[in-house]
Amino acid sequence: MTKDKAEGGGDDMLLDGCEFEQRQRNAVPEGFNSNYLKLYYGKLFPHIDIYKWMSYGNDGKHPSCDPSYFGRREFSFTLENDIYLRFQSFNSTAELENSIKDKCPFKIDIGPVYSVDPSKRHAYAQSGDNVFTPMERELIFDIDITDYDDVRYCCSGADVCLDCWPLMTIAIKVIDTALRDDFGFNNILWVYSGRRGVHCWVCDGRARRLTNEQRAAIAEYFHVYRGNENSHKKVSFQGPLHPFLVRSYNEVLETFFEEKLLCGQQLFATEERFEKILNMIPEQSIASELWGKWQETRRSSTSKEDINIVRWKQLKRLLQSGKQKGLRKCVEEIIFTYAYPRIDMEVSKHMNHLLKAPFCVHPKTGRVCVPIDPSHCEDFDPTTVPTLSTLLEELNMCGSEVEIDNELDRTSLGQSIKFFRSSFLQPLLKSCKEDMESSYNAKIQQSKNSLSW
Amino acid sequence: MEILRSQRKTSSTDVVPTLPLYRSAPPLEVRLEDFEIFAIDRLRVLKGISDGLSRGKKPEEMEKLTSDLWKAHMRHQNASEVINKDIISHFVLRLVYCRTEELRKWFLQMETALFRYRFRQESLESQRALMGEFDLPCKQVSHPEFEVLKEKLGQLLRSIGQLSPNAADTIFFKVPFEEVPDLVSTRRVLIVKGFAYVAMNQVVSLLVTQFRSLLSKALVLTNRKWTSTISVQEKDRLTPIVEALSTSYLGPDYSQPKEALEISIKDIDQVANASFPLCMRHLFEKLREEHHLKHGGRMQLGLFLKGVGLKLDDALAFWKAEFSQKVGAERFDKEYAYSVRHNYGKEGKRTDYTPYSCQKIILSTPGGGDHHGCPYRHFSEENLRAALGKMGVGGRAVEDVMDKVRNRHYQLALLQRQPKDPSIKEPYCNMKNDYCKLLQGDSVVLEGLRLAIILEG
Repeated sequence: MTKDKAEGGGDDMLLDGCEFEQRQRNAVPEGFNSNYLKLYYGKLFPHIDIYKWMSYGNDGKHPSCDPSYFGRREFSFTLENDIYLRFQSFNSTAELENSIKDKCPFKIDIGPVYSVDPSKRHAYAQSGDNVFTPMERELIFDIDITDYDDVRYCCSGADVCLDCWPLMTIAIKVIDTALRDDFGFNNILWVYSGRRGVHCWVCDGRARRLTNEQRAAIAEYFHVYRGNENSHKKVSFQGPLHPFLVRSYNEVLETFFEEKLLCGQQLFATEERFEKILNMIPEQSIASELWGKWQETRRSSTSKEDINIVRWKQLKRLLQSGKQKGLRKCVEEIIFTYAYPRIDMEVSKHMNHLLKAPFCVHPKTGRVCVPIDPSHCEDFDPTTVPTLSTLLEELNMCGSEVEIDNELDRTSLGQSIKFFRSSFLQPLLKSCKEDMESSYNAKIQQSKNSLSW
Repeated sequence: MEILRSQRKTSSTDVVPTLPLYRSAPPLEVRLEDFEIFAIDRLRVLKGISDGLSRGKKPEEMEKLTSDLWKAHMRHQNASEVINKDIISHFVLRLVYCRTEELRKWFLQMETALFRYRFRQESLESQRALMGEFDLPCKQVSHPEFEVLKEKLGQLLRSIGQLSPNAADTIFFKVPFEEVPDLVSTRRVLIVKGFAYVAMNQVVSLLVTQFRSLLSKALVLTNRKWTSTISVQEKDRLTPIVEALSTSYLGPDYSQPKEALEISIKDIDQVANASFPLCMRHLFEKLREEHHLKHGGRMQLGLFLKGVGLKLDDALAFWKAEFSQKVGAERFDKEYAYSVRHNYGKEGKRTDYTPYSCQKIILSTPGGGDHHGCPYRHFSEENLRAALGKMGVGGRAVEDVMDKVRNRHYQLALLQRQPKDPSIKEPYCNMKNDYCKLLQGDSVVLEGLRLAIILEG
């Protein structure tokens, strides 16, 4: 069995040796194509979990269940040749699964639950009273790291690395806390977008029933950074901060800025970079003073401390010791500019906006869109997310040595799916069931009351 | 989660709300002359409000204006008749303004504004009584709960510039956050576990939302009744009056332009240079420069070009000529042509989209790499001056513009640069009616300006 052995020859090593060699033999070249996808959709993609999720408990036997619910959900498939199929709908796991396996979409998007089956929408469009309209839709957020390109220097465009990924960690922490503590939502799923960002799905009933206006309000509540290359100062605080911003600053932004971003992004290391920050200081004399000081100390003389930290401390000291209130808030404005989450407003505002389904594979990176645990998001590493080819390799591994029933568990995807089920899906379905029961009981009670005069 | 309904005060308190809610048409007898006269008087008030808002008056000024207008026009010899005049005039105007989407929108906005400013002037007790009328899903925050949240409520009050930052001075109401979207979006309330804590003086917002929603539904119903039965039944009596009221009088002018505007591809550069408003010029220039625009820019510029008469075929050729220099003709056909056709109502839902109003453009949120939005709002002072300079606007004119921008009258800033004929006092439209439609008169823009002011803070 083993021809080329690794060092050591104990029984334990036998297994490793086998694995290593099997790996060589089963190596699957990196890539993304329909053959790989066929295998992925055949053996790994969690069709039934998606079905259960999207059914929100309506697939049960309870009298409150609405059997048409799942069938009114829009899915859209992007096929190999950029062919785009909208308004796909299915009535069961089997239909969903078969269609996916058959069409092998490069991307699967999920839309809202409509008033009627989307595939029958034309029949209703004629009546002109907007009978074909979205009824429910998760509250969603899309955060893309390219929206931070003006404040990250390590990468640009589609790349992402461990120096800039903390920006996503910050976004998750700030928004997740607000969604739970402020808005009272509980069933929240964070997903890696596969390349350079994260998505958030808020699935509470209350969230799904929000109107466009209410979604826009929540998006605006999160909106702080305004502007693009045409405006200079993107964050400008008029007075004391709202408690949500205070909490975000104290609990997340300040620490991450000082401990990760300052050095990770070398924010003060070059003239071009620190000039950007100095431009945000309204008091010209202070900006000039710092400018002058930093021109002189090109290479930090004796201090062992990182130059970015040194300069930041100098800047903070000057701004915070000033008598003018306007200067003290400048420190916050800088931190918010470099760290505060930047969501895509349009994605969140409209019920009919489509969003990529979790567990899809990203065509450009081959990485799977796996869930992220918000309470441990600082440990998430986008560079180690399983890729399509790795997973297929893992599938190919010899099965006789190791007894595992589930093909899924043989692969690194198994962990993600377990997490999805235990942290998200099960609690969600439990609360759906409770909601159904309580609303049903309330109705019964009401009809009883109306009868007894 | 309990939602307590506020108690309906069936036992009449000393306070009788003087502010009617117009929930149902009163069973009153009205003389035909009064029918018309009352309506015209009320219309004067609404028009006055409309004018005030378009001049960018602040809320305090609007309150005073409303009060003056009301006193001037809505009196009656018999004091007891005042409230009847109020109610009757409202319902008559409903008939007048229910008939088209645009009329409804204007009426809704003015009546809501009227309600808001009148409400603010009511006494505290009267306000509380009115709240009771509305059956709102909110309840007053109990003392123990207040104690727990005191610190954050204090922070909140300071952040919205409340003069007495002592939270104890303020009564708070607790309401599901869904009920107060405008307070949520501007971070003017504390939100905890799904509930918004609304200060007494913000309760106005809650009520106004309810008021608007009730009136909006009522207008649609009124329209149905009008078209199906009333206009025919009343064709000799009320109908002529109602029709006369809506055409002879004020309100915005939405008549169709007499000549259809057309613009062709070969004219486009010249017209852009001479007549496009700054936002479109900027987009146009960036498009020529970079041979690309992101989605927001494509929508804003694309719909504008359609609005000023660029035909679909010309539009496709225009966008293709630019984009193919960056992404290639094939990719244009594959990825971008569809949405051009979609804008012209040839795909998908087949909606014939109209150009964005100034309000929408001012309120948009351009991000990295975007060039859409309103330069008067979104550009820094430096960049705006540079852009104006490039257009040949100089000296005094630039200062006037910057002054308007500082006071956040973005739309007035735009109009500031337009007048070529000093004898014309009104904002001058130099691209005929379609351009003017963008500057959609009075009311719609004001709401946008006011919102822009709030959001900016």
